[in-house]
Amino acid sequence: MMERTEAELISAVLNGDAASFEPLVAKYSPRVFATARRYARRESEIEDIAQEVWLKAFDKLKSFRGEAPFEHWLMKMTVRTCYDFLRGHQRNRESSFSELSEPENDWLERFVAAPESASEHADAAKLLIERVMEKLSPQARLVITLLEIEDRSVKEIAQLTGWSAALVKVRAFRARAEMRKIVAKMAKEKYL
Amino acid sequence: MNIVELQKKLIAAAKTEVLDDRVPYAFEKRITALLASRVAPDNMALWVRGLWRAAVSCVAISMVCGAWAFFNPATTTTATTDDLSQNFQNTLLASVDQSDQAQ
Repeated sequence: MMERTEAELISAVLNGDAASFEPLVAKYSPRVFATARRYARRESEIEDIAQEVWLKAFDKLKSFRGEAPFEHWLMKMTVRTCYDFLRGHQRNRESSFSELSEPENDWLERFVAAPESASEHADAAKLLIERVMEKLSPQARLVITLLEIEDRSVKEIAQLTGWSAALVKVRAFRARAEMRKIVAKMAKEKYL
Repeated sequence: MNIVELQKKLIAAAKTEVLDDRVPYAFEKRITALLASRVAPDNMALWVRGLWRAAVSCVAISMVCGAWAFFNPATTTTATTDDLSQNFQNTLLASVDQSDQAQ
């Protein structure tokens, strides 16, 4: 059987053939899961996010006009769902840095002794940034992830989040300041 | 400790993280099944259900009114029966009468 195009699949879903949604889910789920893993740690939470994204996508498919690729439309929905998830799960923000693991402590000590000797490829560094990210506010975490980690432009972030470009810039400024404060707190807890 | 440098280093560490895009087995099947299980609301059925409820309420109200009219000793005289029916009609048509008077 000839493979149907995305437009054909979407049109079939809109005409009531829900089974035509399955190839779209199969094609784009890796991207949805990869994005969700940036914001949630537990696999059950990641699956919940992905499931919510696809249910929303199905319900709102009528609003997809086909002017931009389906993937862009879906990624907007994914980012917004992740943001909603962050707003609803702020449980780790108040915890302290006192319970750093040994590799994390070692990495920090190496950084203090000679910053260039502490490799950013080390697992300990990845654990540390995860801890820092968990303490950021949802807005700050979203902005830092999109702007600093994924290297997206302000315009792209504005499109993904639905915020204005000016608002993205303001929130980026605040997010960097918030992150600096958290990193400083981590350093203070360790060395004072 | 140089905080700005540490912040940069940690962001660089986050950038080196390889994205994990694994999808659970048969995830797409699960989503399709979930969508299929969500029964689409049948407008006709909703109307029928609503109308049946309304009909039952109407029957109940008329039975209560009937019973009250039948058993109430005051309804034995013709004058009060007329009053009751007149009152009932006035109550039902109160809103229409008021709008007529307003015009």
